[in-house]
Amino acid sequence: MATTKKKTKAIAKKPKAKSKNFATAPINKSLSKDQKIDLYRMIVGIRRFEERSLRAYNQGKIGGFLHLYIGQEAVAAGIVSLMEENDHIITAYRDHGHALAVGMSMNECMAEMYGKHTGCSKGKGGSMHFFAPDKNYWGGHGIVAGQTPLGAGLAFALKYKGLKGCAMAFLGDGAVNQGSFMETLNLASLWNIPVVFVIENNGYSMGTSLKRSSAGENLAHRADGFDMEWEVCNGHDVFEVREVANRAMTRAREEHKPFLLEIRTYRYRGHSVADANHEKYRTKEEIEEYKRTKDPLNVVKQHLLSDGTLTEELAKKIDQEKKDEAEASAKFADESPVAPRSEIQTDVYWEVDNDSEGKLKGTYFFND
Amino acid sequence: MPLITYREAIKQALDEEIQRDENVCIMGEEVAQYNGAYKVTEGLWAKHGDKRLIDTPISEAAFSGLAIGASMLGIRPVIEMMFMSFSYVAIDQLFNNGSFCRYMSGGLMNVPIVVRGPANGGTSVGATHSHTPENMVANHPGLKVVCPSNAYDAKGLMKAAIRDNDPVFVMENTLLYGEKWEVPDEEYIVELGVANILKEGTDLTIVSHGRCAMLSLQAAKTLEEKHGISAEVVDLRSIRPLDEETILNSVRKTHRALLVEENKPFCGVDAQISHIIQLKAFDDLDAPIRRVSAIDAPNFYSKELEDWQLPNEERIIEGALKAMA
Repeated sequence: MATTKKKTKAIAKKPKAKSKNFATAPINKSLSKDQKIDLYRMIVGIRRFEERSLRAYNQGKIGGFLHLYIGQEAVAAGIVSLMEENDHIITAYRDHGHALAVGMSMNECMAEMYGKHTGCSKGKGGSMHFFAPDKNYWGGHGIVAGQTPLGAGLAFALKYKGLKGCAMAFLGDGAVNQGSFMETLNLASLWNIPVVFVIENNGYSMGTSLKRSSAGENLAHRADGFDMEWEVCNGHDVFEVREVANRAMTRAREEHKPFLLEIRTYRYRGHSVADANHEKYRTKEEIEEYKRTKDPLNVVKQHLLSDGTLTEELAKKIDQEKKDEAEASAKFADESPVAPRSEIQTDVYWEVDNDSEGKLKGTYFFND
Repeated sequence: MPLITYREAIKQALDEEIQRDENVCIMGEEVAQYNGAYKVTEGLWAKHGDKRLIDTPISEAAFSGLAIGASMLGIRPVIEMMFMSFSYVAIDQLFNNGSFCRYMSGGLMNVPIVVRGPANGGTSVGATHSHTPENMVANHPGLKVVCPSNAYDAKGLMKAAIRDNDPVFVMENTLLYGEKWEVPDEEYIVELGVANILKEGTDLTIVSHGRCAMLSLQAAKTLEEKHGISAEVVDLRSIRPLDEETILNSVRKTHRALLVEENKPFCGVDAQISHIIQLKAFDDLDAPIRRVSAIDAPNFYSKELEDWQLPNEERIIEGALKAMA
């Protein structure tokens, strides 16, 4: 059950699972059969892509960090499915799910992680820094909570230009204790900016559990201090995510009001793949219990099987398609070239990149 | 030509750019209803209203980040730091997001913001309010930084900065706000990356920027009158991009160089300039390059000592005589 509180001292308790069938909520009921299958396909796609990236990482094909989204797929898939023309999205470093959800290709994402020239950022950003401004996707940001004021800025720009839309600014539960986030909550509320902050609360900020890092029973109620609406919901059921997020997004678009949404979710893997301790700061049983009862992929599959949208046969077919697509993306990435060395000093300054007439004055780069 | 203050020149630039481009807005602490902590924006809120002049809470990280996010969608915010020292609480926003978003997206976006405000010591406000971070900014590829030394440059560089499609820091100086210079009525731009020779000379090149360029000019006159030394004064105006050619051409002519800045010496702007000169004009030098910077310590509060700590005419002349030895 989704819980809503405003201007009250009562704290929302942890939402209970399965107390309401969100699939029949109006925003979900209006989905066509194809749209429902697309949602399923997206969730499957993210899962299979992440699994394939993990293999690539373990094979030494991907450098740096790899923050997997497995277990959280319904959040990005559900919210992005609600986005309209003037809605924008920004997130932190666990950004692959959002990227695929907005329509970025597995090829460009995988190639970026492989550090290849064919990657979405030409290999300049890596796993944590995917961008697709043409799809209203503004990253992909590496510093915890650093993206939250940018999200407010996107929403500020919408309001400034008189456009009806909202900005979805995602963050993790570890980001709520950063000053920049709290400062941004204040600005968003003070200026009535149409931004929806989405805390993807997976229970752990790296290896530190919620109880050990954040005061208070839930995170969203901190919005009370900024006179901002908030809500807590579950993240394993894509229909619940859609139902709750839709209200926040509609309100933001219609009334130019911010919203703080806390979505309880879970990550199956470590903070990053390099996090070897993830079965030490939590129990195997905890992970298995979530997978067994709340796996977002399984939950949506059961919904769609039970309402006749999906058949086991079609599910199997989609699964195979996505596995193949992920496999092909790894092959594409592997076979792609890295950028030429001349790319090191491109994309630094817009003015330099666009100085086709050689009008710029002065030295921009200082190499011996 | 009208004689106007450095403060008025910046205000004219902001005013003209607000009128020229509907996406230009000014954001910062006390910039609107209070008319600006240093009165740079005085009257602009009354003239242009709430949409274009936006008072922010004391929240540099949030409004810097917000400005960057808004710029991604085509807004061109000019954010005021009441002191450039306050940008330090927004370092992640300005130095990570401001400078690197373009790069990390492989050139898919740009961040056309201006960060402006005073960056100087010499006003007895203690070390925390006296930073001159142009060297730090210049150390971040993706950012640009200019340090106008006079009203003409302040107006022209500010307009160039606002029209630029990359993030530009404009380092102002509270000690210059009330000083007057001739500024033409007609519109003009001072391009980034073009230094200005404030005084021609034959014996010594003094390279400087910001208020120190004016002190250097004063010192150069004294050097000429009292010591018979003809010093050429190069005012960098723009730190990044940097007008290397003007510096090098001058050194090739005078064969001696004195670098003057208010920055602390270690990794100051002049450390880079010195490197460039020795690399590209080594054979032209008749003596080691000398530097006059702030004496290497946090800024002293007490006026008498801070005045000595920062470059002043006496210390510049001393440096020049060493360079001539």
